[in-house]
Amino acid sequence: MIYRETGQFKTNYKADNSIFPILQDRIAIIFYLFVAFIVIPAFGSDFFINSMMIPFLIFALAAIGLNILTGFTGQISLGTGAFMGVGAYSCYKLVTIFPDTNVIFLIVISGFFSAAIGMVFGLPSLRIKGFYLVVTTLAAQFFLEWCFIRIEWLYNYNTSGAIEVPRREVFNVIVTGPEAAAVTQYLVVLSIVVAMTWIASNLIHGRIGRSWMMIRDMDIAAELMGVRPLYAKLSAFAVSSFYAGVAGAMMVFMWLGAAEVESFDVNHSFLILFMVIIGGLGSIKGSFLGAAFIWMLPVVLRAFPKALGLDVPVATVEHVNFMIIGGLIIFFLIIEPNGLARIWALLKQKLRVWPFPY
Amino acid sequence: MSSDQSTQTADGRTIGGPIMEVKDISLKFGGVTAIKNISFDINEGEIRAIIGPNGAGKTSMLNVINGFYHPQEGQIVFRGEARTAMRPYVAASQGISRTFQNVALFEGMSTLDNIMAGRTLKMKKNFFWQMLRFGPAEVEEFEHRKVVEEIIDFLEIQAIRKTPVGRLPYGLQKRVELGRALAAEPSLLLLDEPMAGMNVEEKEDMSRFILDVNDQFGTTIALIEHDMGVVMDIADRVVVLDYGQKIADGLPAEVQANQDVIDAYLGVAH
Amino acid sequence: MDLLYDIFADPFVQMAGMPDFFVQVLWEGFVTGTLYALIALGFVLIFKASGVFNFAQGIMVVFAALTLVGLYQAGVPALLALVLSLGVMGTLAVSVERLVLRHLVNQPDIILFMATIGLSYFLIGFGEFIFGGETKSMITSELGLPTGSSVVDFAGGIVIFQHIDIAAVVIAGILVTSLALFFSKSRIGRALRAVADDHQAALSVGISLNQIWVIVWFAAGIVALATGIMWGARSDVSFALQIVALKALPVLILGGFTSVPGAIVGGLIIGFGEKIFEVYWGGLLGGGVEGWFAYVIALIFLLFRPQGLFGEKIIERI
Repeated sequence: MIYRETGQFKTNYKADNSIFPILQDRIAIIFYLFVAFIVIPAFGSDFFINSMMIPFLIFALAAIGLNILTGFTGQISLGTGAFMGVGAYSCYKLVTIFPDTNVIFLIVISGFFSAAIGMVFGLPSLRIKGFYLVVTTLAAQFFLEWCFIRIEWLYNYNTSGAIEVPRREVFNVIVTGPEAAAVTQYLVVLSIVVAMTWIASNLIHGRIGRSWMMIRDMDIAAELMGVRPLYAKLSAFAVSSFYAGVAGAMMVFMWLGAAEVESFDVNHSFLILFMVIIGGLGSIKGSFLGAAFIWMLPVVLRAFPKALGLDVPVATVEHVNFMIIGGLIIFFLIIEPNGLARIWALLKQKLRVWPFPY
Repeated sequence: MSSDQSTQTADGRTIGGPIMEVKDISLKFGGVTAIKNISFDINEGEIRAIIGPNGAGKTSMLNVINGFYHPQEGQIVFRGEARTAMRPYVAASQGISRTFQNVALFEGMSTLDNIMAGRTLKMKKNFFWQMLRFGPAEVEEFEHRKVVEEIIDFLEIQAIRKTPVGRLPYGLQKRVELGRALAAEPSLLLLDEPMAGMNVEEKEDMSRFILDVNDQFGTTIALIEHDMGVVMDIADRVVVLDYGQKIADGLPAEVQANQDVIDAYLGVAH
Repeated sequence: MDLLYDIFADPFVQMAGMPDFFVQVLWEGFVTGTLYALIALGFVLIFKASGVFNFAQGIMVVFAALTLVGLYQAGVPALLALVLSLGVMGTLAVSVERLVLRHLVNQPDIILFMATIGLSYFLIGFGEFIFGGETKSMITSELGLPTGSSVVDFAGGIVIFQHIDIAAVVIAGILVTSLALFFSKSRIGRALRAVADDHQAALSVGISLNQIWVIVWFAAGIVALATGIMWGARSDVSFALQIVALKALPVLILGGFTSVPGAIVGGLIIGFGEKIFEVYWGGLLGGGVEGWFAYVIALIFLLFRPQGLFGEKIIERI
């Protein structure tokens, strides 16, 4: 009864075109932001913020990036993990070379490096499609992984081969390094993710997003309508890798504190792809839902046997986790190829016309 | 293009000189010749029909005109500019727009977005403004929305504005596709079997839209159609293809009386 | 100048200087290539019959090997374990058809592809859940496969041939020949080719699509088991092998997705290429180039011949 659009008339295109045309949705968004910016920092425990919220937001950002490429432009990529790595390593180098520059600024800048690399590996997409592209993105994945090991300059010739985040302050507040407070890092991550989500949404609802979707749905017709495949595909690769790069830089600088090549391996590429599939291809909201689902599921699974008083080995939980994720992927593809976002939309549609079924 | 070539039709439309000349086009796939040495022209403001039996090379001809296929021989002169091979988006930017034999809409998008997609080339605001959305990019978006709404009114598809096109019935999909092509404000509109698979009523609607487009916007139209009744009714001139060759070219009545055309349709042995 | 020498001259000088070692490298490349070809073969079988890009083929290799070793460790005699593993692969084929493919008929290829990624995750979790996640060794001698090696004198040096490698090549040869015969001569083989050409048309002449799918998935499962045994005998049995199994993808790019000879030639090219490149040029780049060489070759190849070595040129229609 509460979720209704009756009486909310749109008298101009601006209102009709807005991203949340229904008043209740706009209230909900404000509520989410209020919880994220005020309630969680005030009441969330360090554990909750550090092992749930921060990784959830970072993965959601990477998922938005991959969704731009796969969900909106229709180009499958298994190289997200490596593109996150490019962001992380470039941020590490930038922080080393410019020690006095604002580290948050550098995190965002490192996105441009992965955007450039992403465009290079996106070039083959102009000639090849579908499964073939999977192989070229895998080439990116394995080649870049190799670079992260063999090019010692990338990790300042550390004997461990790992990058360790130095302590940096912004306006006298410690933002990175072991001494940084979880809440500070959470707020930085949240602000970047909110801003970049807003930008992604703007791009998708405008001309550029439309040209991506045209390429996805019918590339030949798109070209005959005047979309240049070169621009459309490469811009999707660039934006997507930019998001992955920023997510990767934040993953190391705002969450892990140190990383080596394993943090960016092909399994991470799969993980992000699963978030996109389960959340919903071609949906920004879905990227958040998918990231929450995939990240929270193991946490719940780990807690579940304990709650029942059973003593299940960690490895077994890990295996069950794999089985459940694999099974769910298939389940979602069969039941609802558009993922959680679609289920959410259907629920809202039901709510809108409740109590009448049509 | 000079005004001395222009003529008046019986219903008062003005038809100018040739807007497009197709000169000696030959197209081969491997060893198969799809089009052999075809020449014809399209005059500004007219409705030009391309007819012929299945496999005559009609769709290939359209594909050559808008740059999707590159012919081995011959050239195409469009508004005084000659070319042999070009990419489809260049053809689009010169003002050639089209619909497809098998509907080629963007299935994941709504009717509104599909027609907005036709405005792609008219929208100029760069990446930066698109990122911010409010400001110039939004103003531009609404200007084009206005044009698109006019097309939606024209085609009488207001009710399906927000429906994903994949869910629409075939007849409406064809109409949306016409809308998308019109949104580009083309100077030459190519229609590939706009009435295929339609019932009589839908055909009448579609014929009316085609005539209105030609009449109201003065758009030059080249169309492929199998329904002879429709072609005879709406086309100003007809070119007939058979086995990749041109066998007749002229007014509907002349073509209808042409012995080669009758043979081609009734299947006289070659 | 030194760099140019290192790239263009030195490797060849080394090859000519130590021909015995070069032959050894070639042999290693040949054996690896054969195994890549086998994984790719299982993949081609499924792609030809159902148009499904089965990402899980590599995982099926590991899963089959894991089942075999796991059963043996549970006390089942080796040969019985082999038969039971075949049964497991058959069950897998039926389950995949019943639970996955049947529900995804007429979905876009990309959805089916992603479903097989889901399947591979499920199989990893399932395999480790049942048999444990620790690394295992293949029961080579228990299965009656040869161990040990022969040393051959060659050009003033020696070349070592592991017997298991020879067995691998022979078994691969037998497998490929019998599959080729089965699919070209038998009734099922003809039906399969009909399905590959056109699902609808095949259905209309009374071919059961579901049955065909079970058969090809089972055939791919047999190939996977054979590959798993050979590969397991050369290294260990664990899901870390999946990274190696992914190399079937560049092999397919080279050979084309639908060509059995293509899979074999592609496998051999990648096998030879990456071994030779690693041994003679890898040092210049700091080593470890085997990880990406195959992909980069495939990528370069794609740019010039997207349809593969044996595929047909694609004409786009609208």
